[in-house]
Amino acid sequence: MTVEPAAADGIGSGTPSRGGGRFDAIVVGAGHNGLVAAAYLARAGLDVVVLESSPEIGGATRSEEAFPGFRFSVFSYLVSLLRPEVIHELDLVRHGLFLVPTASTLNPLPGGDCLFREADPQRTYRHVARHSRRDAEALFEYKLEMRRMGHLMYWLQRAAPDELAAVIGDRVAESAEHLDVDVSAEVADIARHFLDLPAARLRTFVQMLTMSSADFLGQWFESDLLKAALSSSSIIGSMLSPRTPGSAYVLLHHYMGEVDGAYREWGFQKGGTGAVAATIAKAARSHGAEIRTDSPVARVLVRDGRAAGVALANGDELSAGVVMSSAAPQISLGRLLDPEDVPGAAGAGLALRAARWQSGGCAGKVNLAISGLPRFECMPEPGPHLSGGITIAPGLDYIDRAYDEAKYGGFSERPFIDMIIPSVLDPDMAPPGKHVLSCFVQYAPYELAAGDWDDGKREAFGDAVVRTLAEYAPGIEDQILHRQVLVPPDIEAIAGIPGGNIFHGELRLSQLFLLRPDPAAAAFRTPLPGYYLCGSSTQFGGGISGGPARLAALRVLDDLRGVESAAVGGVETP
Amino acid sequence: MPAMPRQAPQGTQAVQRALALLRSFTPEAPEHRLSELAAAHGLHPSTAHRLLGVLEAEGLIGRSPESQAYRWLPGAPGTGVARSSPRRNGLRPLEPLRTPFHRRTSALCESDARRDWSGYTCVESYEPTPEREYWAVRNAAALIDVSPLFKYELVGPDAERLLDRVMTRDFSKCRTGRVLYTSWCNEEGHLLQDGNVQCLSRERFLVSAAEPCLRWFQDCGWGMDVDVRDVSEGIGVLALQGPRARAIADAATTGIDFGAMRYFDLADGEIGSGAGGGPVRVTRTGYTGDLGYEFWVAAEHAEALWDALVDAGRDHGLLPAGLLALDMARTEAGLVLIGVDYVSAVDAEIEVLKVTPAEAGLGFTVKLDKRADFVGRRALELERDRGPAWAMVGLEVDWFELERLWSEIDLRPQVVGQPASREPTPVFAPGGWQVGQCTTRFFSPLLKKYIGLATVRVEAADPGTELDVEVAVGYGRRRARARVVERPFFNPPRKTAVGPAPGVNG
Ligand SMILES: Cc1cc2nc3c(=O)[nH]c(=O)nc-3n(C[C@H](O)[C@H](O)[C@H](O)COP(=O)(O)OP(=O)(O)OC[C@H]3O[C@@H](n4cnc5c(N)ncnc54)[C@H](O)[C@@H]3O)c2cc1C
Repeated sequence: MTVEPAAADGIGSGTPSRGGGRFDAIVVGAGHNGLVAAAYLARAGLDVVVLESSPEIGGATRSEEAFPGFRFSVFSYLVSLLRPEVIHELDLVRHGLFLVPTASTLNPLPGGDCLFREADPQRTYRHVARHSRRDAEALFEYKLEMRRMGHLMYWLQRAAPDELAAVIGDRVAESAEHLDVDVSAEVADIARHFLDLPAARLRTFVQMLTMSSADFLGQWFESDLLKAALSSSSIIGSMLSPRTPGSAYVLLHHYMGEVDGAYREWGFQKGGTGAVAATIAKAARSHGAEIRTDSPVARVLVRDGRAAGVALANGDELSAGVVMSSAAPQISLGRLLDPEDVPGAAGAGLALRAARWQSGGCAGKVNLAISGLPRFECMPEPGPHLSGGITIAPGLDYIDRAYDEAKYGGFSERPFIDMIIPSVLDPDMAPPGKHVLSCFVQYAPYELAAGDWDDGKREAFGDAVVRTLAEYAPGIEDQILHRQVLVPPDIEAIAGIPGGNIFHGELRLSQLFLLRPDPAAAAFRTPLPGYYLCGSSTQFGGGISGGPARLAALRVLDDLRGVESAAVGGVETP
Repeated sequence: MPAMPRQAPQGTQAVQRALALLRSFTPEAPEHRLSELAAAHGLHPSTAHRLLGVLEAEGLIGRSPESQAYRWLPGAPGTGVARSSPRRNGLRPLEPLRTPFHRRTSALCESDARRDWSGYTCVESYEPTPEREYWAVRNAAALIDVSPLFKYELVGPDAERLLDRVMTRDFSKCRTGRVLYTSWCNEEGHLLQDGNVQCLSRERFLVSAAEPCLRWFQDCGWGMDVDVRDVSEGIGVLALQGPRARAIADAATTGIDFGAMRYFDLADGEIGSGAGGGPVRVTRTGYTGDLGYEFWVAAEHAEALWDALVDAGRDHGLLPAGLLALDMARTEAGLVLIGVDYVSAVDAEIEVLKVTPAEAGLGFTVKLDKRADFVGRRALELERDRGPAWAMVGLEVDWFELERLWSEIDLRPQVVGQPASREPTPVFAPGGWQVGQCTTRFFSPLLKKYIGLATVRVEAADPGTELDVEVAVGYGRRRARARVVERPFFNPPRKTAVGPAPGVNG
């Protein structure tokens, strides 16, 4: 097989707006989810167009040559949640998917000590044992339990929440073999899996939905450093401290990821995450989907109580019997819909609830072009640790304090930083000998209590990040050739996510499963027939997963089959 | 490589040579193979054999009963310091051989994971797991010590004639400056080996092979005016493989136009950026299916070559890689390995193990239209008319099949990170009889498929044919549905592309 490299940048990978047209389906937003949805629909034989407001595809998965020769993964930086179904059904490897694993995590400490975790569990045992022998031993048990939890989530995310709830409800009510609801064997199987969970595992699951990650981890570990290191995944993208109840769920969200079945593995896409979008776009196009950039959608058109197409901001109209939106609910259920158009009483409430959706940003991204490899005080020489994740989270108090500053409307002066060095994983990211550093930074609120991001605070935030890095990698400040600082309003402006929340809305129990993003639109369908949601604000949640889009597209195809629409015809099961 | 002087022994010269040979035996280097001594002293093996025979008969050196190698005798006049060792009683255990890069590779081998390859200790993986080394091959560049290959120099007016007689490919068409990948067979048309032949001039060639074949070449060349010498030990070989190989090779050597070098070209140059770095030969070959080069260097310049490449590779993500990573890459490239995917006819204990080149997937190396008669020709002509019985195929097990099998034991597929398995397992017609065996397989993290190389009956060899292959799932062995696919599994355009170094944007 010949693997064709996908263009690393989104640039030029869509065609600009060109008037209206008739389609079977319209997808709003060319983030990775919108593209996945389009690929599935096109693959089933539908005539699909994707409309993207920005000049580039990718949404939060984009790469950019921000500085000559230096390529940044602008926002998202690692892939783990991408569903294997999506990879294989869309043949993404052939279209350019190329994931280089990052197998280790380094947590440097001030003063030159560190915690290092490697792929090999025995070596990790030895590293952790330096800090606590008990914890090093407990880590095996913890990992096994989390692997089971991750596996459970993996399966739960394989079905739409309403179907799953129906089966589970039915089984609980009747505790019988026969089912009243009409669902696929697979869904029934998943439900069975869930219902057959041993009590102890169900307990862990409930703990994960409700506890703080610090308390959750405290059940196994005594080392503050290890707890801080493990709790990193519990705050990513969330305005939560590891000590906030609910943060354990964010941990779980990140634990359902894998690369090729390798639990908890994260991979770096060659060319940056923009190449993920480019790859999916290629797959979608190979099935005939059309992708138009510079095409902001202003409104969903409605005829006879059904979605009938969209109107662009420039007034052009495109018609289609199916409209899917991958945008956040403030857009999908708010701006794009006229409450009058939504049948029944659902309309007004829908818009109101969308406006109350919790999706404030909490994270910034600082991308650095540097003249050489950073020298961490704890491990100064180049080595395998530089191709793994490096996290500045030296203790629970440290993260909690960083959170506190944001809670009161400031940015963290000594922030939590989750870092990778993309150019070590993929030498094409920077000129030979030079490097790029990707820093995901918390916390940075959308709105500052004092001052303005545009009024010097953005750069002050960047300075705080560099200052913090220099505490662990002295001299790094002198290696910086170029710096890109992005805060939540930038995420909003560039990726089109209101508030800049990386997941299109906080991952907390009040916004999950049948409540995501709205009780009336929780299963990809909205109260407006023919109008669907397929982005990160649905069932699966955020992250580069393609999960929601796949399930949404399958639901559309199901519905079309049900309608037996002659206009569509020839729909095949993917 | 400097050519060895070829002179006939006579008179005092013979005495000098015998003494020189004798001095090679010391307590530190007590044992030597004939080929090695011949090469080291620039002697034809038959000359060396004669002289050593005299030394042995005179009781000045001994002979190891197992290996037939010549060895130092404590106390014999003329050899190293006489010191009797009661424990060893004159016989010393064989020490593992060291490649000329050993000091460099062993200093870097953090994992201590080593494996024997033709008597040499070689690194399996430098780090505890081979993953980074594997990805370096596909994403940056990797440096692999492949010195244990056997190397034979064929020199003389009849060198080309000998090759044309032994090899299945047409050497009358092999231009100087090219490398030819070829098979060689016995009279029955059964495959003995496959290997590369460097065409250095019309009268000088270098054959590289995985297993010894000096005797075979010498015997086939009986009566021809050609010297066949084993130069294995004197030459170190480094494979530099991966998308950044060209940029690195360019920076590490002088005198070679890498942009102009085509796939299977060879060129001579010098190590380092200035003159005087020592000679090195570069062939655009490799065993990974990627862009890559192999560097052939006299042992005394080996470390300089290593250092130059490592230096040049520092900014390109170069990693030294061991045999595990190499094995993964070569499987993706669909390249067969002797002793694993096929058995040389000389090693086949039972008839059914013997295969023809076509049956080992090397049919393209057999040139029945060539003018010269060659060993095995008649048998291979018969095979052409009759058709081969076996075929080497690629097998692909898709992800969903693995998910299905693993979910039966309630796990995600546990396949990634496993090195290629070489344990032959049966291949079946769907739900039915065994139709062959799968000899190499692993989960390719690049292609996200479980791939394998298998020898199957030709009836089951068409691309698209569905077969069952045995895979390990937990402690169990399960049958997974696989599809026959074309090899190579992975074949990037850069493997054969010419032009400036790819992937360098600054
Ligand atoms: C800084 C940052 C770091 C992250 N890091 C990671 C990570 O390392 N790993 C990971 O898995 N995830 C990460 N994420 C999360 C992940 O990137 C997102 O959850 C995911 O990419 C969202 O994909 P999506 O397709 O659902 O939405 P988006 O990517 O947001 O795409 C939605 C698209 O819709 C378009 N759009 C909106 N309104 C309209 C309209 N009216 N008309 C037309 N188009 C419209 C937008 O322009 C946008 O292109 C990160 C996110 C951010 C912001």
